[in-house]
Amino acid sequence: MSERVLMNGNEAVGEGAIRGGCDCYFGYPITPQNELTAYMAVHMPRHERVFVQAESEVAAINMVYGAAGAGARAMTSSSSPGVSLKQEGMSYIAGAGLPMVIVNVQRGGPGLGNIDPAQGDYFQAVKGGGHGDYRLLVLAPASVQEMHDFTAEAFDLADRYRNPVMILADGRLGQMMEPLTLRTREPERVEKTWALTGKRGRAQNIVRSYFSVEGVLEKNNLALQEKYRRIAEAETRADCYRMDDAELALVAYGTCARLAKAVARACRADGLRVGVLRPVTLWPWPTEILRSHLDRLKQVLVVEMSAGQMVEDVRLAVEGAVPVHFHGRMGGGVPSVTGIRAKADEIMGRISR
Amino acid sequence: MSETPVYTRPETLTDRPMAYCPGCGHGIAQTLLAGIIDELKIRERIVGVAPVGCAVETYNYLDIDMSEAAHGRAPAVATGIKRARPDLVVFGYQGDGDLASIGLAEIMHAANRGENYTTIFINNTIYGMTGGQMAPTTLPRQKTQTTPLGRDPETTGHPMRMCEIMATLDSPCLIARTATDSVANIRKTRALMLKAFRYQMEGRGFSFIEILSACPTYWRLSPKDSMDYIGQTLVPVFPCRIFRDRGAES
Repeated sequence: MSERVLMNGNEAVGEGAIRGGCDCYFGYPITPQNELTAYMAVHMPRHERVFVQAESEVAAINMVYGAAGAGARAMTSSSSPGVSLKQEGMSYIAGAGLPMVIVNVQRGGPGLGNIDPAQGDYFQAVKGGGHGDYRLLVLAPASVQEMHDFTAEAFDLADRYRNPVMILADGRLGQMMEPLTLRTREPERVEKTWALTGKRGRAQNIVRSYFSVEGVLEKNNLALQEKYRRIAEAETRADCYRMDDAELALVAYGTCARLAKAVARACRADGLRVGVLRPVTLWPWPTEILRSHLDRLKQVLVVEMSAGQMVEDVRLAVEGAVPVHFHGRMGGGVPSVTGIRAKADEIMGRISR
Repeated sequence: MSETPVYTRPETLTDRPMAYCPGCGHGIAQTLLAGIIDELKIRERIVGVAPVGCAVETYNYLDIDMSEAAHGRAPAVATGIKRARPDLVVFGYQGDGDLASIGLAEIMHAANRGENYTTIFINNTIYGMTGGQMAPTTLPRQKTQTTPLGRDPETTGHPMRMCEIMATLDSPCLIARTATDSVANIRKTRALMLKAFRYQMEGRGFSFIEILSACPTYWRLSPKDSMDYIGQTLVPVFPCRIFRDRGAES
């Protein structure tokens, strides 16, 4: 069963969560993601599921920790400053191996910043914003349809790996409306033998990240790293647009990937071999996918709404094989198609029109 | 006809030796908890939330499902567990640094929402695990690692009375302060804890039992002197009484 509707990105995340089997949602007001919390306030009770407006982002993430520990599919959402507040909780969740979904509809920073779209939280999302060695599986939607689809799928991924999954969006994706198809999907259910359900007919279950006995924490860390290797092997994803014969690759995610695609299309119309590599998973980063094009690529241009964060991962992937350039804006500024094209022309040694 | 009470080791209590210091109040409170879980026959459907502090490894002593919580966040974690699984019996076990300092927002709001779980609040007026620093409950002039000359209320405030603060909220169904400094008071404490769990199982909402508890190590007192100190020095500041009992009112 599928249904064609018009929604904004934040609402699409909410509906995706419900269709993904989200049992419990815990939120706190912050712009530009409020439509999501509002959507959940209406629709979670209608589905006889849990909605709680927490007293803070800190409380919300710890409610998620509790609900996920009890075996529920749990989720929270916020925007940049609020996601910063949740980082302690994310570290505990990762350490305890709890599945959950967190949505960051990024806004301008640092500090209170503004409520305009930005991609300045890339480092926080993919390098581990909290303490300790851990990883989130980070999905980067680039359309309202993907806001919906990725959120629904995120619950399956979280359960499959007992790992937190982040949807890293931005204010533009959250606020804009697009038609999308809502699909009925059967959540992939795994048995959670580790969950806190009451000690019945088994040894006690403990949700923990504290290991005081010498060597035990290191073992737990090694097991996490092994899990991250499995995730990287199975879940790394990128969307390639005309990369097969491209000499210039535009690398961008989310809102910037849409702009990059428009630029690539225009370049192609002018006979220029330009393609777009859009990472769908920001962690694991699609290193091998980019490397598979390196024998033919002459240049790479990374486009972000940041001072240049993902560009560091691109440089790590390219390892100096070809020049890696950067074009970006910050603080709520969104790169324009003209601006990206001018940079692309400059790189290709052309005079921009 | 008088009956001789027979005390046995609660089944919920594990065989592991407790790592607490001699005379520490955690051992008393957790042994009481184990007995209550046995008495209510809820071992198969209870989930506890441990704090950050000396009691973090409570799951080593209580053979039940338990979750750790980040420092101060036990009320939020308990909220998540209980909302996800209302059929479970849930308790949070927190110390005074955890509950009254870093976790003040979480405990107040869980109480105000009337979350249907039970809080056991261990008040020993000090941070034990980190080496005996000032807590919000530390008494005026009490010497701690961070108040080496004694707590000065002029610059560090006065002891926070959590039961009295809780009692300003309409939602909690049971708010009481008790102590574990004598057999009689330990029995009273047990009765109050039992009542709190019964209320939860009846769906009455948030219950809060504060237990004045000894920390001989950081009070720099012997276990015996610590017991006397509770009655003589703590109780005048933290009166032991029932601040609210919705069951008794109705």
